Amino acid sequence: MAQHQVNYMQDGGLPVALTSIDKLVNWGRSNSLWALTYGLACCGIEMMASGASRYDFDRFGTIFRASPRQADIMIVAGTLTKKHAEFIKRLYDQMTEPKWVISMGSCANTGGMFNTYATVQGVDRVIPVDLYLPGCAPRPESLQYAVMLLQKKIRSQKAIKTQKPKRLM
Amino acid sequence: MRAYTPKDNVQKKSYYTDRYWIAPQVAKSKVSDDKVFSEDLEAIKKAKIKVLDSYIQVEQMVVYIKPEDIVKTLQLLRDECAYTQLSELSAIDWISQRGGFEVFYQMLSMSKRKRLRIKCFIKQDESIESVSKLFRSADWSEREMYDMFGVKVNNHPFMKRILMPDDWEGHPLLKTYPLQGDEFASWYEVDKIFGKEARDIIGPEIRDSARVDRYDTERFARLGHEVAKGVEFNPDEEKKPLAYQEDDGVFLIEGFDEDKSQIISDRKR
Repeated sequence: MAQHQVNYMQDGGLPVALTSIDKLVNWGRSNSLWALTYGLACCGIEMMASGASRYDFDRFGTIFRASPRQADIMIVAGTLTKKHAEFIKRLYDQMTEPKWVISMGSCANTGGMFNTYATVQGVDRVIPVDLYLPGCAPRPESLQYAVMLLQKKIRSQKAIKTQKPKRLM
Repeated sequence: MRAYTPKDNVQKKSYYTDRYWIAPQVAKSKVSDDKVFSEDLEAIKKAKIKVLDSYIQVEQMVVYIKPEDIVKTLQLLRDECAYTQLSELSAIDWISQRGGFEVFYQMLSMSKRKRLRIKCFIKQDESIESVSKLFRSADWSEREMYDMFGVKVNNHPFMKRILMPDDWEGHPLLKTYPLQGDEFASWYEVDKIFGKEARDIIGPEIRDSARVDRYDTERFARLGHEVAKGVEFNPDEEKKPLAYQEDDGVFLIEGFDEDKSQIISDRKR
């Protein structure tokens, strides 16, 4: 009689990793942050540079998608005008939960230098923002750091919970 | 070379000293000084168009006419005087001084290498005839003029706002329009998306761009002091080094070791 016993609790060269569901789900979420292409102004150029080969967003699992249905994060890169405000809200609503928003650059954070009648004074007046990234425009390194901070935030959250829809109010 | 002025503490005194400073005008010369322009002016006068004023300024002829002659004049200039392009068209707000708008039409002749400007004055409540049948470029310019100044244009194919949203109130380039927007403008996106009742919750716009509250963690946290939203910020807290990952490592992801990473010093690599 063969005494064949495998101790599954020990990683004896087997491809087994034990973890919590939270960590597993958050690992998946934080490393496949598909971003909505939301270049509104010059910050959009820096965002594109972050996606291109030199800074290479793909290694974070961040791939730009042109549809809100396929996107997890919205990187608002640039000046949000009042005329456009309703569309950013609509696109944000069309994104599936869970979803996150990075407000990139001074204009998206506070309206920036456009202290005028036609500029929304911060996207947080329209959609809830998870991370404000300062700079005018922020370098691709900053955007990478922002994405990594967001990943850190996602990892710190509970993965399975009743999805409370994020609403501004 | 321009004379050097000391730049120390330039921000100490405001550089907006006189709000009502009127820029000096560039010298004007007579139309008869230029042969091409005087021929053009003769052609206009010959067509029984009343010329109110005419002069040359910065090598461009300016002709003032009556607003009812505008289509006739532009057609004449295009067909007979070779001014084939209407490069710009807009209005100037003279409401407080003269009670109306000056509408200008900037014309360009490629063959003559000359530019001239037709100007006419209309009262605030008057409208002007469209020239979009003569020049395609006038279509959008007239829409912009309507959008920015509220000057209505008769017989325009599509008289609608071009830059501002359709439901916008007010005309932003009027001198009376505040730069930071009126009541309607400041609540526009809130009213439109959430409704008027949301004004109290969202609050008014923060227009002071110099306002920095380092203890406000509802809106910002500084680099190296990243905290979660709404957490109380402790000013005595030591600055944290930039951390890319949690200290105890991340599941299934190799930890980032700064010592092992290669720093590229050659920028051209």
